[in-house]
Amino acid sequence: MLRPLLSLLIGFTVLLGVVLPLGVTALAGLTMPERASGSLVRQGDRVIGSALIGQHFEGDRWFHGRPSATSAAPYDAASSAASQLGPTSGALLAAVNERLAGARNVPADAATASGSGLDPHISPENATAQVARVAQARGLPMPRLAALVAQHVEGREFGLLGEPRVNVLRLNLALDALR
Amino acid sequence: MTIIGWAQIALVLGCALLLAVPVGRWLGCLAQGRMGVLAGIDRGVLRAAGVDPAHGQGWQAYLLAMLAFNAAGFVLLYALLRLQGVLPLNPQGFDGIPPYLAFNTAISFVTNTNWQAYTGEAAMSHLSQMTGLAVQNFLSAGTGIALAFAVMRAFAAGGVSQLGNFWADLTRITLWLLLPGAVIAGFAFIAMGVPQTLAASAAATTIPGGEQTIALGPVAFQLAIKHLGTNGGGFFGVNSLHPFEGPSALATSLQIVLQVVIPFGLCLAFGRIAGDARQGRALLAVMVGFVLLATFAIYAAEAAGNPLHITAGVSPAQGNMEGKDLRFGLALAALFTATTTGASCGAVNAMIDSFTPLGGLVPMFLIQLGEVLPGGVGSGLYGMLVFALLAVFIAGLMVGRTPEYLGKKVQAREVKLAMLAVLVLPAAILGLAGLSLVLEVGTASLQDAGPHGLSEMLYAFTSAAGNNGSAFGGLTADTPWLNTTLGLAMLAGRFGFVIPVLAIAGSLAAKPRAPEGPGTLPTHGPLFIGLLAGVILILGGLQYLPALALGPIAEHVAMLAGQTF
Repeated sequence: MLRPLLSLLIGFTVLLGVVLPLGVTALAGLTMPERASGSLVRQGDRVIGSALIGQHFEGDRWFHGRPSATSAAPYDAASSAASQLGPTSGALLAAVNERLAGARNVPADAATASGSGLDPHISPENATAQVARVAQARGLPMPRLAALVAQHVEGREFGLLGEPRVNVLRLNLALDALR
Repeated sequence: MTIIGWAQIALVLGCALLLAVPVGRWLGCLAQGRMGVLAGIDRGVLRAAGVDPAHGQGWQAYLLAMLAFNAAGFVLLYALLRLQGVLPLNPQGFDGIPPYLAFNTAISFVTNTNWQAYTGEAAMSHLSQMTGLAVQNFLSAGTGIALAFAVMRAFAAGGVSQLGNFWADLTRITLWLLLPGAVIAGFAFIAMGVPQTLAASAAATTIPGGEQTIALGPVAFQLAIKHLGTNGGGFFGVNSLHPFEGPSALATSLQIVLQVVIPFGLCLAFGRIAGDARQGRALLAVMVGFVLLATFAIYAAEAAGNPLHITAGVSPAQGNMEGKDLRFGLALAALFTATTTGASCGAVNAMIDSFTPLGGLVPMFLIQLGEVLPGGVGSGLYGMLVFALLAVFIAGLMVGRTPEYLGKKVQAREVKLAMLAVLVLPAAILGLAGLSLVLEVGTASLQDAGPHGLSEMLYAFTSAAGNNGSAFGGLTADTPWLNTTLGLAMLAGRFGFVIPVLAIAGSLAAKPRAPEGPGTLPTHGPLFIGLLAGVILILGGLQYLPALALGPIAEHVAMLAGQTF
């Protein structure tokens, strides 16, 4: 029994734990280098983030992503986390009330923390609700910003899967390019 | 709930069922050693490992080989985790994992539970993830399927004492099913945006000028086997919610398909090996029926939203979005949650701790029903067969005939062993959760007050003993007490269940297969499907109702009354 046990345990550890993952990594680096290394978005030489990972935007000049519960700072992509607060949590209700700041009929994604703390998207309703604020802060006409938001609404994948959404990083990049 | 949401659910579940047909056929071939064109390589590999596939093992020998292999795997993984600080491929320079956490994690991955009391990207080196954890993702899944093969053979044969060869089963399943499946799915995930790199992280300077460190790693390959092997242990702390571990609705859909395809396929393989395809389809029907019911319940509860937040001013249109990311949508979050808890996978694409009380009750109850709907790879099938034996026994009692299943007489020994197996889960869950809820060392770990705190603790032991691995994440699980007791619950849920099951298999294999008589209860029709579903609900679920009433149900009532804690 010792021979099959040891040869299978060691053989599989080397094959499945070293050879294959390194082989897959190497092949992925050759065939799909951008995606395999995190879909990074560059502006010139500078890495400004990942197309898949949300970022923290604050201040009236930017569209804001969803509330993030990562612990060190919002949108800490080195340590993903959710609030993990339960539905009857008083702390959660207090946080929701603070985000609402007295407003009514606020899109749920603007008032609740995402599960990853890194959600790159907001709902089209959430983006539209921010148009007036950003337009005023930047001195841009509202219809122009509304059109920009509409351009950045991504439909369901293949017209079926998931939900319509707006990538906040891409929207803010386009916003920054508006003059 | 929306029609387009249900269309998503129908499409993904339909794809899983379609794919289960060829996978089931291939599983049947592997179980019978019909290797086709691979026969030559297969023979060579087995010979090199000193395995003679024709040398059958009785149930004790099969069990002993399985236990020895798992014990050795535990020791190796424990050592890798403890020593990761001095081993290579540690670009972040993480220290070794402390003893209690390493004990818990090693048991967790060897038992196919993948409960995680750590945050992957903040604690585990690439070597620990790739060579430690991911290897056990393969081997624990291979172990589960091998055990299912042994049990299937016991039903197929008559008057034999051998259940097959554990080493040959494990090798074939790993090499010819899990490995190619993981490579193909791994590349599909990379194409969808999941990273596969040895870099530790990327440093970004955001447009407003902030800094962001983006954790990276060899994620895709590990992600593929995590779902295919119903392991569920995420590379990242938030599991399949992380945009790198679940980049799109398509990726989450593929994960759903992967985590049910082998459990579904094993039912079909069972029917084939037992010589009556209808028998396998009946078991599959029970599984799919429960998955659909659970999906409906979760979807409805989450789409209704949190009334406390709606009263405060949140629009009810999107439903409950706390702990969810936007890209998956509620329909796929509901289907993912139902299948990951039903299938003993334990990965999450939505945070169950932040579900509405009833939305959180369903996944917990699915695990408590015995992880058979459809259950983990292998463990789902042999768990379901235990319930099938109990169902024919109860039917036999009702009409006063000796019960039989697939021509095998079910007698006192098998029923006693089956009840023993079924009792392991509630004993571990209710016993250890109860103990942790009255001891200071346990309650100190709770995040939420009120009934939700009870749900957090109950869920933790449910998940551990059910070898699921998902969590009500608010619980601080990395304490000596919880690392130890949850580790014991995982051991009991895996091996405490498997030992009586293999004993049943040994006893059934020795019995002759009697031909069907006029008094035989058909075990493939709607009557049996209903009976089996009822037995699962009553024998599997009833004992948890008091605990559930104190947890999620009490919380639901409190929420409707506008109370917070």
